[in-house]
Amino acid sequence: MRKMKGIAFAIAEAIDQEMAERQDIVVLGEDVTYWGAVFGFTIGLHQKYGRDRVVDTPITEQTFFGMTVGAAAVGMHPVVSLMFVDFLGAGFDQMYNHMAKNHYMSGGQFAMPVTVLTAIGGGYGDAEQHSQVLYGLFAHVPGFKVVVPATAYDAKGLTISALRDQNPVVIFGHKLLTGLPFLPFEGQEEDVPEERYTVEFGKAAVRREGSDLTMVAAGLMVHRCLRAAERLAQDGIAAEVIDVRTLVPLDADTLVASARKTGRVLIVDEDYRSYGMTGELAFRIQEGAFDALKTPIRRLAVPDVPIPFSEPLERAVIPSVDRIYEEARALVTAPARTA
Amino acid sequence: MWKPEPSLADLQYLVEKAGLTRDALLSAYRQMSLIRHFEETIADRYYIGKTPEFNMAAGPIRGEMHLAVGQEAVAVGVCSLLESQDVVVSTHRPHHHALAKGVDASKLAAEIFGKQTGLCRGKGGHMHLFDKEKNFSCSGIVGASFPQAAGAAFAFRQRGQRNVAVAFAGEGAANHGTFAETLNAAVLWQLPLVIVVEDNMYADSTPKWAALAQPHQFQRALGYNVPSYLVDGMDVIDVYRAARTAIQRARDGQGPALIEAICYRYRGHFEGDAEEYRTKEEVELWRALDPIPRLGNRLKKLGWADDATLEALRAEAKRAVEAAVAFAEQSPLPDPAEALTGVFR
Repeated sequence: MRKMKGIAFAIAEAIDQEMAERQDIVVLGEDVTYWGAVFGFTIGLHQKYGRDRVVDTPITEQTFFGMTVGAAAVGMHPVVSLMFVDFLGAGFDQMYNHMAKNHYMSGGQFAMPVTVLTAIGGGYGDAEQHSQVLYGLFAHVPGFKVVVPATAYDAKGLTISALRDQNPVVIFGHKLLTGLPFLPFEGQEEDVPEERYTVEFGKAAVRREGSDLTMVAAGLMVHRCLRAAERLAQDGIAAEVIDVRTLVPLDADTLVASARKTGRVLIVDEDYRSYGMTGELAFRIQEGAFDALKTPIRRLAVPDVPIPFSEPLERAVIPSVDRIYEEARALVTAPARTA
Repeated sequence: MWKPEPSLADLQYLVEKAGLTRDALLSAYRQMSLIRHFEETIADRYYIGKTPEFNMAAGPIRGEMHLAVGQEAVAVGVCSLLESQDVVVSTHRPHHHALAKGVDASKLAAEIFGKQTGLCRGKGGHMHLFDKEKNFSCSGIVGASFPQAAGAAFAFRQRGQRNVAVAFAGEGAANHGTFAETLNAAVLWQLPLVIVVEDNMYADSTPKWAALAQPHQFQRALGYNVPSYLVDGMDVIDVYRAARTAIQRARDGQGPALIEAICYRYRGHFEGDAEEYRTKEEVELWRALDPIPRLGNRLKKLGWADDATLEALRAEAKRAVEAAVAFAEQSPLPDPAEALTGVFR
């Protein structure tokens, strides 16, 4: 056990430890050697495994994602980097029409063991085409497992689970949780075991227990919810914070149980508001906890505009600790519905 | 790309040089006849319930249908050189490639009919055929085959496996970015990849002059230093000769190659196509180059077959197709509950 800062090195370590024992893993993508896929997820691998197993590709998302489909079909387990999730448009056909469907379309003949690494999120001034989250798009299409690690411990364990999965798994690593020196860091240094371990998909984590309201989030927003919860505690409000960890598969039971306990739910998301994670989670929660809800479910998300560049504009759209705190207070003080 | 019809002496020379035997050519004739009859039988069944009013959802075969009548020589010329572990990635027009790669005609037909006994248990259908055992797959998305075959080739190279991957695609797909991207990557990494462009003159309804800035894909491929062959896609011997070299050098670790096969589809882009974009006279003109009688005539010229032999081979192919289609027709439809299974493994 040692302290680790951020998810980037945790993900790289997970890949390293699996690669050391398995010949089927190969790493592909733009800048995966010297730059560790830019956000560190593959850092150090090429020094150890060489350019034959850690392969810088031309800037051709459609083609290198297509190659992972072809390589997985003959028994490889490619790890492929989509540098920024915003670039999915350049390669999405091979992902959603092939990688996500070939197992189903082939009647179960072809497994599609691919691990996709991608960097998400804003908050550092990268604007409309380099700040999105977009995991809702992947979660919407059947066939992807959607993994959003919020901690270094989870990042390592979830990555090892992905590398042992027979299905396409997309790991969405938030840039402000990477722990890299050129970006703000909003996570926490934490203990991460040196040995290999897995974190199971489809198990949400209760990051903080409380009885007055439930806050549900993923990735960076888990940390912002935790900070808001500390301030709420000073006001005498006990907030429960749940990290969904994986959008697909989704652990609805943990969400429903918490909603039944607190009766008030705030869902916080850095993805766009409409037709996304907040709506889906709200639906699942009301399905199982409708009678126990004291108020309508609330949500905070990017209000259906692109992520703007200028700092006050960017701050206005990405949920902040302040806004989460205020929304939570408003939720707790809203009158409970009467039967 | 029509090439001069060889004299008997030249034909003997070409066949010998290509390593083609009487058995191999008779087998090619049988295989091409099987594909032809398969496609025509599917067309026959496809129109059940779709006349007089054409409704794509009606009848025993639903959806779109893209048949490869006329393009048999390309599939057979290439695939007859492949080993079972070699990979083929095909297109929205995949039946001829599948049959040439050894996919079972009964399971193929059953999939086209959406039956439980189909290759994909009715989940894929005519444009989404998969056969793990035969290392065959295809995609309904134009341009998708290039990188997927390159991925298999990448895996072979990685594992030191002496196998090759073949991407089939039309000349329309060669306008897709994946074509150029894959050529670049395949040369960069010296992948055992053979790209076969079946130029049948039309991308759906768009004649090639309206879509291609220059008519030949080999010119584009040569720009990436990919050894390229321009072949008569209506001549199985010409296809075979180029494919043999291309596949052999890929297998030997000498990198990718491209085969541009000029051919013609006698039927529409899809069944129900009114074919406003071409004349009946043009189609008839190409009948003179029909790859099946052309091979038959050469077999006779070489003294390797007579009319009775050829007729027997065609009859054998017909029987195989009738059995496959009967199997498909008699097979049960899948249980609706199956629709909810198999997203994840």
